[in-house]
Amino acid sequence: MSTTLLLVQVLNGLQLGVLLFLVAAGLTLVFGVMDVINLAHGVQYMLGAYLMVTATALTGSFWLGLPLALVAALVLGLVLERLVIRPLYGRDHLEQVLATFGVILFVNEAVKMIWGAAPLSIPMPEALSGSIRLMDGLNYPVYRLALLAAGLLVAGGLYVLVTRTRSGMLLRAGATNAPMVSALGVDITALFAKVFAFGAMLAAFAGAMAGPILSVEPGMGDGLLILAFVVIVIGGIGSIRGAFVAALLVGLIDTLGRSFLTDLLKLVLPPSDATQAGPALASMSVYLLMAGILFFRPRGLFPAPA
Amino acid sequence: MRAAALTLAVLAALALVPLGADNYTLSLVARAMIFALAAMSLDFILGGAGLVSFGHAALMGIGAYGVGILMEEGTRDALVAFPVAMAAAGLFALLTGAICLKTRGVYFIMITLAFGQMAFFVTQSLSAYGGDDGLTLAARSTIAGQRWLKSPLTFHYVTLGLLAAATGLCALFLASPFGRVLKASKENERRVRALGIDPYPYRLVAYGLAGAFAGLSGALLANLTEFVSPAFLSWHRSAEIIVMVVAGGMAASALRAGGMGRLGGAILGAVGVILVEESLSNFTEHWRILFGPLLVLLVLAGGWRGRRA
Repeated sequence: MSTTLLLVQVLNGLQLGVLLFLVAAGLTLVFGVMDVINLAHGVQYMLGAYLMVTATALTGSFWLGLPLALVAALVLGLVLERLVIRPLYGRDHLEQVLATFGVILFVNEAVKMIWGAAPLSIPMPEALSGSIRLMDGLNYPVYRLALLAAGLLVAGGLYVLVTRTRSGMLLRAGATNAPMVSALGVDITALFAKVFAFGAMLAAFAGAMAGPILSVEPGMGDGLLILAFVVIVIGGIGSIRGAFVAALLVGLIDTLGRSFLTDLLKLVLPPSDATQAGPALASMSVYLLMAGILFFRPRGLFPAPA
Repeated sequence: MRAAALTLAVLAALALVPLGADNYTLSLVARAMIFALAAMSLDFILGGAGLVSFGHAALMGIGAYGVGILMEEGTRDALVAFPVAMAAAGLFALLTGAICLKTRGVYFIMITLAFGQMAFFVTQSLSAYGGDDGLTLAARSTIAGQRWLKSPLTFHYVTLGLLAAATGLCALFLASPFGRVLKASKENERRVRALGIDPYPYRLVAYGLAGAFAGLSGALLANLTEFVSPAFLSWHRSAEIIVMVVAGGMAASALRAGGMGRLGGAILGAVGVILVEESLSNFTEHWRILFGPLLVLLVLAGGWRGRRA
């Protein structure tokens, strides 16, 4: 395995990590602040990609389509919050799982009926197509670098928003003690609605940005949802910082495991065994990581203060 | 009282199904009973001990693969294969449970999901047994060398008998002092500890038992479909089993016949979900577009009822 290949895979891993972070951030906020398990968060990622398909087709441009898709996702998030999530506040976690699982079934099927079951693609913006030479023998697609940069930018913005602004302060206060914040005269229902819709928009942003490099298909959010849950559990529920660290960790381990684990195993196992065990072990690696971390730190890496 | 009556009523209704049912209906109802067994075993730990396992499909799948792999290796008899399937799933539950039960709440949900996913990926890599494509069984298991399970009618009553026996056993466990400890530590773990009882071994035994019964349901499912595949272990299926337990529990408490943890509700839920799925899918190919909102409405309706009470 050469250094170039390793570098490419590290970049790919970071990029998956950034996508995971965008999805996990909303998930961990909704969970930490509102105490709602939202299984439907994955379909918001998928909806982001599909809205982007339509928005770019309508406007004929990636740059006009993106804000349009994000606004549409925000509105859908508000609608979902009002119709399904708001009645679920304070209810049993299991009932939340049941209701939001229902939303998954509905949206996946609705997407299939509206856009069809076949995979779609989003054209890559002209300015970001092509690749850039990072070092000798290493050309890397510009779009993937842009995706990485955009994700890191959003992460930075989110950090400032949560730690330095008044809304962020209310959000953190709401996570610690929602009834108290409400008693101090803050409209907690409106705050929750904003948090939920904002999280939905972040997930949609991830979907829209991933669209040009992945295929857009029904159910694309389901696998990512499970990984995002792994991320927020490793990071500690409610912690944005934890979600960021865990997302990068999961992205790197998953990507590097898939590319190098089989070769590594060949050093210690007969080749036939290694080719069989390698992919399985690579798919398992993030779950092994999670089980290991939970065993030693049952509340994740950065547990939110109780 | 009404909880036991509900269980008996559902089981009696299932016993009467073969009167005037064609083979298609029989296989549909057999499927419902198999999922009822899985859902009942989940309700045993979920309703009975407050342990929300999100990896139940893996336990079921291990049972199914137990039957499939044994058959591939030449052991076709259910008297061997079914106990092996139960033991394998039970052992997996005990080993993973020993780790999972160190965590609580949402973290428990996620770590059981993690182990479920690991089992899923292992079955995907079993290239000797079909790998990704799954494994087609040569035939159904024999019972003491006899090919009784081939007949839909016998299969129906064997499945029903196992479901009834397992439910009876789990109900006995829940009613015993063992079950009291489970229930008490679900309601207030601190008080149980103050009484000098550590709930951990009780929960572990319950988790292992639930695993064994889930394995049995998997063994039956493999026989019904004469096929096993990694999809048996997918997290979607785990979610579906949770849906059966929770929806059934809500329906049972609406009937004032106990909620979750009374087993009857889970059986009712599984049969209900399978039948509703089937009838909606006969009605339209896009049945999920109706089934999804149905689940949401069920939960919201439960909330309205709760607020009035």
